[in-house]
Amino acid sequence: MENKNKNSRRKFLDKGLKLGLVTAIGGIGLSKLSCKPETESDTDTGEKMELMTTDGTIIQVDASEVMDVDHHTKEDHDNHDVREGIPNRKFVMVVDLAKCKNALACQSACNKHHYVTGDNAWIKVYKMQEAQDTAPYWMPVTCQHCDQPACVTVCPVDATFKRKDGLVLIDNTRCIGCRFCMAACPYSIRVFNWSEPDQGEITLNMDMDMNDPAHAAHEVHASPEHAGVPSVKGTVDKCDFCPHAIQNNELPHCVSACPNGVFYFGDKYEDTVTNGEETLRLSKLLEDKAGYRFMDELGTKPSVYYLPPTDRLVDFEDGLENYNEFQSVEKPE
Amino acid sequence: MKTKEQHIQSLIPKKFNKIEIIWMSFLLLIIFAGFLAYVDQLINGLEVTNLNDYSLWGIYISNFVFFVATSFVGSATVAILRLTKNEWRTPLVRIAEIISLAAIAMAGITIVIDLGRPDRMLNTFIYARFQSPITWDVIIIPTYLVVSFLLLYFPLLPDLAIMKKYYEKSSPKLSKWYGKLSLNWTGNEAQKALLQKSVTIVAILILPLGLILQTIDAWLFSTTYRIGWKSTNFGPYFISGAFVAGIGALVVSIYFVRKMKNLEDYITDFHFDKLGKLMALACMIYLYFNVNEYLIPAYASTLNEETHLNTLFTGHYSTIFWFVTIGGLIIPIFLLMFKKGRKPLPMLLIGLLVVVASWWKRYIIVTPTLLHPYLPIQGVPESWREYFPSLHEWLITASNLATALLIFTLLIRYLPVVPIQRTIDEEALLTTDKKIES
Repeated sequence: MENKNKNSRRKFLDKGLKLGLVTAIGGIGLSKLSCKPETESDTDTGEKMELMTTDGTIIQVDASEVMDVDHHTKEDHDNHDVREGIPNRKFVMVVDLAKCKNALACQSACNKHHYVTGDNAWIKVYKMQEAQDTAPYWMPVTCQHCDQPACVTVCPVDATFKRKDGLVLIDNTRCIGCRFCMAACPYSIRVFNWSEPDQGEITLNMDMDMNDPAHAAHEVHASPEHAGVPSVKGTVDKCDFCPHAIQNNELPHCVSACPNGVFYFGDKYEDTVTNGEETLRLSKLLEDKAGYRFMDELGTKPSVYYLPPTDRLVDFEDGLENYNEFQSVEKPE
Repeated sequence: MKTKEQHIQSLIPKKFNKIEIIWMSFLLLIIFAGFLAYVDQLINGLEVTNLNDYSLWGIYISNFVFFVATSFVGSATVAILRLTKNEWRTPLVRIAEIISLAAIAMAGITIVIDLGRPDRMLNTFIYARFQSPITWDVIIIPTYLVVSFLLLYFPLLPDLAIMKKYYEKSSPKLSKWYGKLSLNWTGNEAQKALLQKSVTIVAILILPLGLILQTIDAWLFSTTYRIGWKSTNFGPYFISGAFVAGIGALVVSIYFVRKMKNLEDYITDFHFDKLGKLMALACMIYLYFNVNEYLIPAYASTLNEETHLNTLFTGHYSTIFWFVTIGGLIIPIFLLMFKKGRKPLPMLLIGLLVVVASWWKRYIIVTPTLLHPYLPIQGVPESWREYFPSLHEWLITASNLATALLIFTLLIRYLPVVPIQRTIDEEALLTTDKKIES
């Protein structure tokens, strides 16, 4: 009898505890829900404001709808979380295939600034030809900084990660070198440091920066935001879209190096891209020139757009002179 | 009919004979050479391999897949034959369990050898991300290792007690070890009931774990966009392939174990005949999945898939492809149809053929796919368009295989390969049955 009593008391306690837990969780959830609308005030002040849209038309909106947008300040650029990205930005690139003549200035600049010393460059200009009867063209391929990056999905340790500003970067102090990301990437853009990278120059530069008080305050230690500085044996490297240049208000090295203005770099939120000479509306450029994304059918959602090689400004043949099937990184003799 | 003492006498582990000592030295030599090659790889990086940014996985990964596949034999024989109440498994299960344990242990080591930064191996726990198939592997391999060990260890307890008693006078030191490992087994009813229960639990566990292990292994490949890997067929394809590889390894092992340890009375032609039928079944199932994987896709292949299939059917890898398909599947199925084909010696030859083909099968699952990326291979040294393992890779792989064989040889040196207690019990059961009948 006593035993039975004990059991029912236990059951009661057990049920009571569970109920209490559910209530507590529910309560927290409810309070979260009720918090949300507070940020957007729904009181109509009746006060109207005139604003100009990106395409130049004047519109009127209620003053209460207008909020102060944190526009990317220098501070944002300097003090952002490396894994979160630069706030309120979404970087994109447009590559105009009609202009590319395989000058390879992009590749040399990239190799130089990222101290690429292996056998495989991070940006490559492919000689493409879909079928025997179709016209060949030159196609520069960088990391596509996909919004659905296959490489990030398979990384077992979160060494390669996707940021809110669109970049896919690698933390080479965490990478275990399993190369699953390389197997997963359909664009074959990832490279591996099979041996100790021979980056003699860079270690020298880093030492100099350390000694120079003007540079000492600046970031000189290794960061995913400047890939290749330094590269680490047994880890993966790739194009990083040059956030180190963006922070100094500069364009990625391939963009500024290209003599033909093939590369446009910009911000999708601003709807603006520039190749250093002209600044264009991204949406209009893609519309006018029938922009597309490379192998978009895979569902990777790249951040790089291509403009088809129509109405070419250059001869395909001109590029053959620079074409080197078996080399993309110049080796010191 | 043998007495209990006679059974113990013929099944108790014996010291290495001359041939076994030569075999062990041979294995140790290979292991040592591989060890030196690995030290060199640690110092200089994976540069010592012929891997490159296109052929980013090679013989280490295919060898890993081979080990994982071979480790399936424990699940296949113990669990499946147990569930289907095939009593003939008794003298074979322990050898199968030993193969499983040696193979899965070496699978774990092989995958570390492939890492660019083995020193950061613990990152897979510290920063583990559950969405990566590698994390699933990191979970399932140790789990399978532990359960495989228990599946070997639990049924060993009565035999360990027998060996403790047997060696009491001749070798007190060995006897002490066996005694410790036997966990004070006396064979009373309570212990027997507990053992029965424990063995049942691990024997049931090993089957789903084995299936999960093989499937995760397949998912390492099928979760990528690569042509030749991205296949919904890959899970069952790997499971059935593991069935073939495991049984092949078992057939070869029991042939040599029987010969070296004079176990002709225990492992008879009857067992080979049964195993032969099981191997034929395994090969037929695998052939079915091969047809699904290679032949049917050829009908509606995209250009990229066609290039891939062509390298297998008629191109660079056609020799290996047809060897593993005809030599490793079709010929064994044909020969195993005949009763003569299921005699010990033909079975050994078929088993060897199946094991070798199974190894190369993994090689052509891993390698050719990587050489056909979506983008053309340009701007890299010409040698990167092909892949063949370097001397370092061969040495390290050979030493991995030798280590698995070393673990196997050591375990069968110190453990009775045919369960002693169980053989005695089953025979007792058989005689009482006969008495009742008469």
